[in-house]
Amino acid sequence: METYLGEKQQASQWSPYINNGGSCLAVAGDDFAVIASDTRMSLGYSIKTRYSTKSLKITEKCSIVSSGMQADIFTLHKVLKSRAQIYEQKHGKPMSTDAVAKLVSRLLYYRRFFPYYTFNIVAGVDEEGIGCVFSYDAIGTLERVKYSASGSGSSLIEPVLDNQVALKNRNDIKKEDFKLTKEYAIDLVKDAITSAGERDIYTGDFVEISVIDLNGTHQDKFELRFD
Amino acid sequence: MQPKKKTLRPIVTGSSVLGIKYKDGVILASDTLGSYGSLARFRDIRRIVPITKHTVIGGTGEFSDFQEITKILRQKIIENQELVESGKEEDELLPSEIHSYLSRVLYGRRNKFNPLWNDVVVAGFEKGKVHMGTVDLWGSYFEDDIIATGYGTYFALPLMRKAYKKDMERDKALEVLRDCLTVLFYRDCRTINRYVFAEITKEGVNITEPVEIETKWEIADWQEGKL
Repeated sequence: METYLGEKQQASQWSPYINNGGSCLAVAGDDFAVIASDTRMSLGYSIKTRYSTKSLKITEKCSIVSSGMQADIFTLHKVLKSRAQIYEQKHGKPMSTDAVAKLVSRLLYYRRFFPYYTFNIVAGVDEEGIGCVFSYDAIGTLERVKYSASGSGSSLIEPVLDNQVALKNRNDIKKEDFKLTKEYAIDLVKDAITSAGERDIYTGDFVEISVIDLNGTHQDKFELRFD
Repeated sequence: MQPKKKTLRPIVTGSSVLGIKYKDGVILASDTLGSYGSLARFRDIRRIVPITKHTVIGGTGEFSDFQEITKILRQKIIENQELVESGKEEDELLPSEIHSYLSRVLYGRRNKFNPLWNDVVVAGFEKGKVHMGTVDLWGSYFEDDIIATGYGTYFALPLMRKAYKKDMERDKALEVLRDCLTVLFYRDCRTINRYVFAEITKEGVNITEPVEIETKWEIADWQEGKL
């Protein structure tokens, strides 16, 4: 059909992108990192499945969590796993966390003109044993940070981390007096994603949480609300 | 130069496919209708088909694309058979392998902006356990104990989630499916009262001939003593 301006209008075109929802976050400490993601996979107002993993352990010292479109997340993780394996077989050692972070950035930019609809966070311990978190946009913009949240619940989680990890707008405690311990970080991550599950409809069901330090990765699961 | 040929919208469509795991296997169910918009055009199509001795697939959405998927998979089985006979491959393709392969096929088509407009359920028996999962037109891939596609997501899945228990009895599973199919017949306009059940156990695949399920259409107002 033609509008009065003369342009042709097609029936609304099919989009190759969908958002399956979900939240991810990671927090880095002096010698560890905590990374978590929920497992709910939604489409519109339906829950397709309550358990679909959004995380991938790339090496003992590095993991990635992604939110966005499940098909793209699944593909990106497949490619990443394969590339990490090739690296390890070629170089005789696992990829360092910095190398993984850069690789993810490159893989995402490779699809600059048909992006992976994924919002990723990479976390682990670097070559010196210091905890690190890397956050990305859909086309691979890379930034190393102390903490990050992505996905449908990110706007609920990020401000909590700003206040509790970076101590923004705190009058009750000084930066010099604060030490981010592993127990504090784990509890904070659990509480933050639980809170997101309360108010964000796309976050819920189960959470996969990993604690990464120089000894390796410890993976755990816990339940969120099913509604 | 050839004109561009892409799927813009589905034309002949199939409605829901339901699947539920029970103690010794899995049962899939669907009706036998191919709708042409609002016209109940093809009243005896098979939307659940066997692929190997131990795998079936069920399809919602564009029926011609489902036939294409059936063709693609059966071709893959034949290629694999040749490898089995020449000793290069162990055995026939497993349901999880078929499921994985199909997810790559559908994801590849969405990347070309020319999707196979289907929501496919893949179910089968491998290594003493049931494998059931789904792939959709965007390439989303997951496994679950209860699956429903199309309108079944809205009407049947909540009922199945309530009734499902791990390792439930066969009769209970069938009862749940029959109940859900009845609800779908009452509420989904694009269905008919003619169903096919596909049961997969370690013995193999058994797909029934079409059956009818009893429904009630009396209006309470017009019955003596009801209101």
